[in-house]
Amino acid sequence: MLRFALFLALSAAAALASAQAPAPARKAELIDLVRQDCGSCHGLTLKGGLGPSLEPAALADKDAEALGFVILHGRRGTPMPPWREHLSEAEARWIVEQLQKGLPE
Amino acid sequence: MKLLFAAVSVLLLSSSCTSTELRGTGDLGLVIERAAGRVMLIETTGRSALARIEGLGDLSHASAVFSRDGRYAYVFGRDGGLTKVDMLRARIERRVIQSGNAIGGAISQDGRIVAAANYTPGGIRLFDARTLEPLAEVLTGAKVVGIGDAPGNRFVFSLFETGEIWVVDASDPKHPSTQRILDVGKQPYDGFVTPDGRHYIAGLYGEDGLALVDLWNPQAGARRILGGYGRGEEPLPVFKMPHLRGWASAGRYLFLPAIGRHEVLVLDRVTWTEAARIAVHGQPVFAVAQPGGRRVWVNFAFPNNDVVQVIDTAAMEIVKQLRPGRAVLHLEFTPRGEQAWISSRDDDVVVVYDTASFAETARLAAAKPSGIFLASRAAMTGF
Repeated sequence: MLRFALFLALSAAAALASAQAPAPARKAELIDLVRQDCGSCHGLTLKGGLGPSLEPAALADKDAEALGFVILHGRRGTPMPPWREHLSEAEARWIVEQLQKGLPE
Repeated sequence: MKLLFAAVSVLLLSSSCTSTELRGTGDLGLVIERAAGRVMLIETTGRSALARIEGLGDLSHASAVFSRDGRYAYVFGRDGGLTKVDMLRARIERRVIQSGNAIGGAISQDGRIVAAANYTPGGIRLFDARTLEPLAEVLTGAKVVGIGDAPGNRFVFSLFETGEIWVVDASDPKHPSTQRILDVGKQPYDGFVTPDGRHYIAGLYGEDGLALVDLWNPQAGARRILGGYGRGEEPLPVFKMPHLRGWASAGRYLFLPAIGRHEVLVLDRVTWTEAARIAVHGQPVFAVAQPGGRRVWVNFAFPNNDVVQVIDTAAMEIVKQLRPGRAVLHLEFTPRGEQAWISSRDDDVVVVYDTASFAETARLAAAKPSGIFLASRAAMTGF
């Protein structure tokens, strides 16, 4: 019973954490990840490469939730891999927000 | 006074490195400092950096080929920039923006034509290697990947979306002729010309296997090899595409990164069948043979990219694991194989190893280094 209560408490804490924006240090890591690692297919400047452009103009009319889904689960039939083992939902959502308004330096 | 003295010695140093003293280029090379839009000029005799050359634009996924005299490097940047660098004077000789979005390039057998491969608009453009004047354009309607040069002043490349391999004969550089090979397989993502210039092999992303073209007889089309190497298993996520251009040829075997599998595939070049597969640390990106062919060094995609593994090609097993730094992007051997140069992007360093002892012999600071290109490539087909 105690164990179950603990589980509930932990799950609630995890859900709360995942709803929040990433901490400042993690934000810097994420920006670096997007520029460097996403950049290997989408270009360092995110103008596109093997993968499409991730510039604000290219993403303006795209649904943020759908973009977050693509980051986490990849896109079948394309080289876009699923990042869910390396990013939380909140982090994916935050990345989409940044990309849609222009990734900070 | 001290400051003045320091300034004068720097001047003397840079002039002695770049213009006054005669020197060859056989031990020179470039390291791409990709975020800084700059290249570092290196020499492998003293294992040092000689100069920085600025102003090359967006260098993500940049690569370089060399003039046949080994003096000039042609650097292809992602932003479509093609920059001719004079390595003896350590300066940019010429620079053109040739497309919106480029992926690499090649130089012809006779050294007169530089071909740039483009994503947008999809195709290749040919340039006079001396002046960088445009000569011709071959449009493909699809993203060009895996360009290499082949004997007969030909350029061979693959098309990602349409699954084709094109062989462009540029003997008449203003009027190139193209042979299209269709249905080579789904989504070729990179390709390379074998060191003897005889075959072109493209890796396929959309299916398990590779496409092989005999450049002595390209009209025979492409042959599917290593079909079904994934054995129907669900592929692992690929966080960075492997690169085939650093082909590893050791005796009768070619060592190639598998895609979506943490394995290096060993291809028998006589029978074109699988000879072995070697389990490795992650998704391989480059598998490069140390000159002599006894060992193959492998680096990996995110998130396993802080390790380099060394395979003994006789035993077909891993004999060494190195940790040069975080995010290892590339490795390059000196032409006789006694040194390995390895770039670590996230530790901003290029590390040099003695390949006999695996001892670290130098460590050069560099801003987000990626590709390392030695001038000895000037004499190699497919580079």
